[in-house]
Amino acid sequence: MHQPILQVAGLTMDFGGIRALNNLDLDVSEGEIVALIGPNGAGKTTFFNCVTGIYKPTKGSIDLFHKKKNRQISLLGMKPNQVTEQGLARTFQNIRLFSQMTVLENVMIGRHCRTKAFILGALLRDKKTMQEEDEIIQTSHEILTKIGLQRYENEIAKNLPYGAQRRLEIARALATEPVLLLLDEPAAGMNPQETIELVNLIQEIASEGQSILLIEHDMKLVMSLSERIFVMDYGKKIAQGTPEEIRNNPAVIKAYLGEEVDA
Amino acid sequence: MFTLQEIKRSLLVSIWFVFLTFPLMVIRVDSIEKTVQWRWMNMVYVAIGSFLLSFVFRYMLQRKEMKSDDNGDDDKKDKTGRSFIHQGLADPRYRNIILGSLLAVALIFPHVFSTYQTSIMTTALMYVVLGLGLNIVVGLAGLLDLGYVAFYAVGAYTYALLYHFFGLGFWVALPIGGLLAAAFGILLGIPVLRLRGDYLAIVTLGFGEIIRLVMENWGEFSQGPSGVSNIPRPSFLGIDMSLDTALIYTYYLMLLFVIFTIFFVNRLQDSRLGRAWIALREDEIACQAMGIDKMKTKLVAFSLGAFWAGIVGVIFAAKTTFISPRSFTFIESAIILSIVVLGGMGSIIGVIIGAFILILLPEYLRALSEYRMLAFGAILVCMMVFRPQGIIGSIRRTYTYKKQTDGEVS
Repeated sequence: MHQPILQVAGLTMDFGGIRALNNLDLDVSEGEIVALIGPNGAGKTTFFNCVTGIYKPTKGSIDLFHKKKNRQISLLGMKPNQVTEQGLARTFQNIRLFSQMTVLENVMIGRHCRTKAFILGALLRDKKTMQEEDEIIQTSHEILTKIGLQRYENEIAKNLPYGAQRRLEIARALATEPVLLLLDEPAAGMNPQETIELVNLIQEIASEGQSILLIEHDMKLVMSLSERIFVMDYGKKIAQGTPEEIRNNPAVIKAYLGEEVDA
Repeated sequence: MFTLQEIKRSLLVSIWFVFLTFPLMVIRVDSIEKTVQWRWMNMVYVAIGSFLLSFVFRYMLQRKEMKSDDNGDDDKKDKTGRSFIHQGLADPRYRNIILGSLLAVALIFPHVFSTYQTSIMTTALMYVVLGLGLNIVVGLAGLLDLGYVAFYAVGAYTYALLYHFFGLGFWVALPIGGLLAAAFGILLGIPVLRLRGDYLAIVTLGFGEIIRLVMENWGEFSQGPSGVSNIPRPSFLGIDMSLDTALIYTYYLMLLFVIFTIFFVNRLQDSRLGRAWIALREDEIACQAMGIDKMKTKLVAFSLGAFWAGIVGVIFAAKTTFISPRSFTFIESAIILSIVVLGGMGSIIGVIIGAFILILLPEYLRALSEYRMLAFGAILVCMMVFRPQGIIGSIRRTYTYKKQTDGEVS
């Protein structure tokens, strides 16, 4: 078994009197594609927001294992930008691109936390800054080529077709060199053709050793992609296992379809 | 377009305008002779004028809508670099010619025109720098700042008071004024930048007023409403200059600052920091999720914008040799903001043109000075309807890649 890179234990999130997440455990190992599924309102996106620092969880622990530094880092209480710096990058359920910027610039923003140039560098344009800038452009270009968006490079992001916008979000997240990539419903609103392309893309990214945690509604996509699945309902984890196990799990069927009533 | 319905609508518009302007244009109370004058002719003028203008307005609106209908064509134009000004500047040959001739005109300007003209032009140049400074805050980082004049005041008072109390000269005060304004920017920024949009606007508006009121009421420090006078003009190696020479000298100084500012702002815009600002304007949450420190990036934008205001403040104090709190009222902030909005948020050329229009037009149309605010309002309304992106909208930079070090065009 690989080393788990993300370990979440006992995660609880209260909004006033409502418990959106209840004692949730989850782990992702290196190079794995893990899916988190559940009916609407189960708390999947809340989970993402807690992990990425947008919400502050009420209780629990979130630890990221950094291979390069060979130690565990607690993400608890970190700001979203610090979480990203540590190596978690995410996409959003409702697309959040920088819509007035070009496609390439969107990806270049992803390089922000891996580069350093500041006011003086910008003003003086010394050799180091220019090298860094070249590196940003080059890397962003390579990522876009990999994702298959290079022909849109200089388009304004909001003019892209829907599917391409979704892919651009993934490209932007990849530019931060994540240890773990979090995808929040990447296939939402896509047509079947786009979904197939997306599955191929995710598989390609994963084949390069990228660990991925994704939330998804499209069962076909989840079953064909993921190695392990966690199922949530009403903020609690109700099942976990391989796609095969999940498909036959009575608790999952109950959550999705309701209970069978004997006449 | 002259259907019955259109005429009816214009008629309604003109009646409405007559009603609105009735107390202003028709009734005049002569308080000495205690009589009321009824100027009915004015009412007729207003009625006919608004009737005709409403036709023009509707025609323009129709034309604009027609344009956005076949926007397939329009989009293509947008991509290749919209206006001819941008196209001209994109080509290095034309750019050198355009910039060269502009510089030549700017250089010989004070020798051709009178001192009065030079003085006006200096003021316009000051507003160019102020506009470019605010453009960082509002245009790039998307933080609506209505108290920008406060930093301008900080710069001006820094020089005035440093001279008054310690006898420090212009060149020493210049960087101090800028840095102090930047420091005030950070000081204000830390508590305020959690706010967004309208809330931020209101708090910055309050800050601007606070600075002005402190200067007005803290008599022993700033000499209160009577202001600080006898501030020396900028010096040059200690040479004694006549008033005319000093004004021309100030003009060249300001020209130099404008060039520096354009140079720096242009570089900032195209840097890692500039991109972070624009991203912050576009989507704050996504921006943080991409690893950008929101607080730090905003603070830098705020303090850099303030820095330029402080520098111009020092030059302003030196140019007019007299400052009082009345020079730093809210209307100044509003004008600078209008420059940015009118010219085009985030666009350097736009802001420059905006500054010249808003500062020079009122000077040359002094005859109509009574209606200045009216025209001001009308221009802004028309801008928002017909060209919400400003006179010259900003265009995004495009990059090309080769495997060499020369990976980009700039």
